[in-house]
Amino acid sequence: MSQLNNLTKGFLRENPVFVLLLGMCPTLGTTTSAINGLGMGLATTFVLIMSNMVISLVANLIPDKIRIPGFIVIIASFVTIVDMTIAAYLPSLHESLGLFIPLIVVNCIVLGRAESFASKNSLIPSAIDGLSMGLGFSFALTLLGSIREILGSGKIFNFEVFNDQYGMLVFVLAPGGFLALGYIIAIINKIKKAIS
Amino acid sequence: MSKKIKSSFKNMVLVLFSVTLIASATVAYVYQLTKEPIAKAKLNKQIQAIKDVVPPFTNNPFKEKINIKVDDKHTIVIFPAKKNGELIGAAVKTYTQKAFGGEFWIMVGFKPDGTIINYSILEHKETPGLGSKMDVWFKEKGKKSIINKNPSTTKFTVSKDGGDIDAITAATISSRAFLDAVERGYKAFIKQNK
Amino acid sequence: MEYLLIIISAIFVNNIVLTQFLGICPFLGVSKKVSTAVGMGGAVTFVMTLATLVTYLIQKEILDTFGIQYMQTITYILVIASLVQMLEIILKKASPSLYQALGVFLPLITTNCAVLGVAIMVIQKNYNLLESLIFAAATAIGFALALVLFAGLREHLDLMRIPKGMKGTPIALVTAGLLAMAFMGFAGIV
Repeated sequence: MSQLNNLTKGFLRENPVFVLLLGMCPTLGTTTSAINGLGMGLATTFVLIMSNMVISLVANLIPDKIRIPGFIVIIASFVTIVDMTIAAYLPSLHESLGLFIPLIVVNCIVLGRAESFASKNSLIPSAIDGLSMGLGFSFALTLLGSIREILGSGKIFNFEVFNDQYGMLVFVLAPGGFLALGYIIAIINKIKKAIS
Repeated sequence: MSKKIKSSFKNMVLVLFSVTLIASATVAYVYQLTKEPIAKAKLNKQIQAIKDVVPPFTNNPFKEKINIKVDDKHTIVIFPAKKNGELIGAAVKTYTQKAFGGEFWIMVGFKPDGTIINYSILEHKETPGLGSKMDVWFKEKGKKSIINKNPSTTKFTVSKDGGDIDAITAATISSRAFLDAVERGYKAFIKQNK
Repeated sequence: MEYLLIIISAIFVNNIVLTQFLGICPFLGVSKKVSTAVGMGGAVTFVMTLATLVTYLIQKEILDTFGIQYMQTITYILVIASLVQMLEIILKKASPSLYQALGVFLPLITTNCAVLGVAIMVIQKNYNLLESLIFAAATAIGFALALVLFAGLREHLDLMRIPKGMKGTPIALVTAGLLAMAFMGFAGIV
């Protein structure tokens, strides 16, 4: 696989959310607005790149039987670092993402990439893989967040599109998350079919 | 690259131990770096919340704060705002347990006689989007507003329950809870002021 | 009374899957059949309660005592991972029949964010030990309830004529959305 191919796969072909259906919890839980989705996406991207890089370097030093616990510790450290950094410099984002930041640890995407890609590849491809998957994840979250924010409160990135009294509050609430994601995946499936 | 290390017991313990050690050391280092900014961000938020709800003051409300313990988990805090030594109002950190999502905390600014100056939402678990609505609704004109009203002369319940304040459209429970929190803060403040 | 409130709120009002969006992966992944959903629900209930007990004690006795709360995430996930592993070994030896029923679900639970989520939540909510355990068990029951209900719906979906593009995940998500809407009806009862 060429590196360019490696970089672009995360957006549509192997998009972690829309195609691989990984990391559903933060996808639905943090996308009440576009900015929250983007923030969560970027935080996850950072963890993905860093943990992929470190794991590709140390994978051979970790015996097979304790591979998973070893990976989890590495991932958890980066998650904690991200958690503290966001709390320090972006307190309002930290508040709205809340519990979902420490939960990046159990995001299947991160462990999944570590296990299936980074542990078998060298540093650079692993970093690119992390970047690609992370950006694909961010893209998915921002898209879902924008749709829910527009339909729910008539805004996008806090800019008013129409008066929020016409907003359908249900899209900001839990059911709207499921509904919006369901329809997006249906559309993506259609597009993928049309391309191939 | 080096050869894969075998899964012998000694290797496993050694590797897991060193991985954890390095990880803890890194995290501890970052913790030291971010400790101060985090504390500062938290403090700034509280100071901002006080500034938002009372007129400009010259004292340090943190030094003169009064804690009123309600039960094990709830403490109402009164931050007196003074200008040149004279009490011009107070920011009261108060809560309600009647909310949709359990409880939420607000900061209400009172004049010395109990008239409401302003308020802000500190933390809530209500429906997302509702927080921002609460932030403006009770500041609008007419029956929605609680600004410049005094709980001793105005009935601080929603009009549905026979009160004088209009509830947020489609969010009566949260509105009831909000007014409950204001009322609780008012009572604590008046009791303290007597 | 307070405990009853915690229970009702955790099972219905703040259902962990349908209103808090935790544990969605197993919710979508192992909900194709009612029987597997029951097994998964049972395994999660077991692990969640046990994990909360252990992490709670570690938090209070070790992390708080030494002032190293920032190690929370790392410690918790290690505890959960090793707990799951241990359970698997013990069950295999002690009760092969129970292992048969729950065994396959155990490895999946490590990455179930609901378990880690609940362990962190009880600390944030300042619950005492008993409250934490009740909360964890009730939350897990809420999870199991949502999972079983959803599995029941999906079994029926298999027999329905669904528009081509909506087959599979999309229709499952829309169904979950409707189920979540139904659970919104519980809001405000506590």
